[in-house]
Amino acid sequence: MSVGDRVLEPTLDAIWEMLAAIPDPEIPVISIVELGIVRNVAREGGDVVVTVTPTYSGCPATEMIAADIRRTLTEAGVQHCRMETQLSPAWTTDWIVPAARERLRNYGIVPPGERATTRTIDISGLRKREVEIVACPRCGSTRTQELSRFGSTPCKAQYRCEDCREPFDYFKPH
Amino acid sequence: MTSDALLFDYLLRLADSDLILAQHLGEWIGHGPVLEEDIALTNVGLDLLGQARLWFGYAGEVEARFASRGRSEDELAFLRDASAYRNLLLAEQPNGNYAQTIARQFYFDVWHQLLLAQLAHSRDARVAEIAAKGWKEVRYHVERSAAWVIRLGDGTGESHAKIQSAIDDLWMYTGEMFEADATERTLIAEGIACDAPALAAAWHEQVGAVLEQATLITPALAWMQSGGRRGVHTEHLGHLLAEMQSLQRAYPGVRW
Repeated sequence: MSVGDRVLEPTLDAIWEMLAAIPDPEIPVISIVELGIVRNVAREGGDVVVTVTPTYSGCPATEMIAADIRRTLTEAGVQHCRMETQLSPAWTTDWIVPAARERLRNYGIVPPGERATTRTIDISGLRKREVEIVACPRCGSTRTQELSRFGSTPCKAQYRCEDCREPFDYFKPH
Repeated sequence: MTSDALLFDYLLRLADSDLILAQHLGEWIGHGPVLEEDIALTNVGLDLLGQARLWFGYAGEVEARFASRGRSEDELAFLRDASAYRNLLLAEQPNGNYAQTIARQFYFDVWHQLLLAQLAHSRDARVAEIAAKGWKEVRYHVERSAAWVIRLGDGTGESHAKIQSAIDDLWMYTGEMFEADATERTLIAEGIACDAPALAAAWHEQVGAVLEQATLITPALAWMQSGGRRGVHTEHLGHLLAEMQSLQRAYPGVRW
């Protein structure tokens, strides 16, 4: 939009809305805003500065997210945008907005911190350990088993349901 | 040396151990004993690589304060020779069999978690925030490697024998984790570096408890190898770097 030779840039509120429409590259059912990684949007001089925090230090999606933000803002008429990385306070799954949790489950990923129950397992002779039981996002069964603490992305663990036999992901509380 | 030069050296120590271990873990891609472990090893490697990049990024900024320019993370990773690397000797030991990879990881993870917990309180704000972020990731690393030590140790006769021998063979590389040279002592006094010697008791306690649960014998105190921080390495580092750096050495500055 331009008035005479003056280019009108989108407002900060409008920018937040645009960012809220950018899906996470690896979990496309939730946006980068819902994931809680966009920490601030500000105007400094003529620049729009978007502050992002990584989920995990080595998350390979970080660079793609920065590119997505840059492209979205440029297409919306932002002339100069700058990305800043903020490490502290460190990202936590508590920042995932409640509305996104149900969408995660429907996508086959159990939302973080959602433990159906705990069970005591016998790990070595007489030694016992409490483990968290995560309910299957498909059939709801609590007869599930952790296959690995690490899944297809750094933020997820792999599980298997003993009843419906389907594998699923659990978003690790972080 | 100025205190910035000391800090630069210290940051390389942190970055290099992460990078070298991450590179070794990456060698497992496509070779893990089961798919889940293949993924887990590379996930751990990815966390360590991400942490290494954060340390390198800060190291380059610190270098620019006392040198004519600060090197980029790629220059620091790909254009230094073995004698300029500051990683722990433990991190460069080869993958070997699966028990050796697990034992190396277990020793490192327990130390790394203790280290980052301390560094999260560093008086250098950047060090503190990188450490606090990494600490959250390393919690999972420790759980996994400790669980595998128990599983192998308290498993079959063969798995027990293999993990005991790996635990014994790598023991001599653990002493270095608790050393502090003049560089570190200066930075410890300034509240910047972690007081590594002070981690030894907690490390021995945690490692001992897991080994006991795994029905393994904790090695007796013995002669400890040392040298990584001075750039004196075992023969394994040169081979690793030759592979890791070959592309940038052959085609300097190449990108994709």
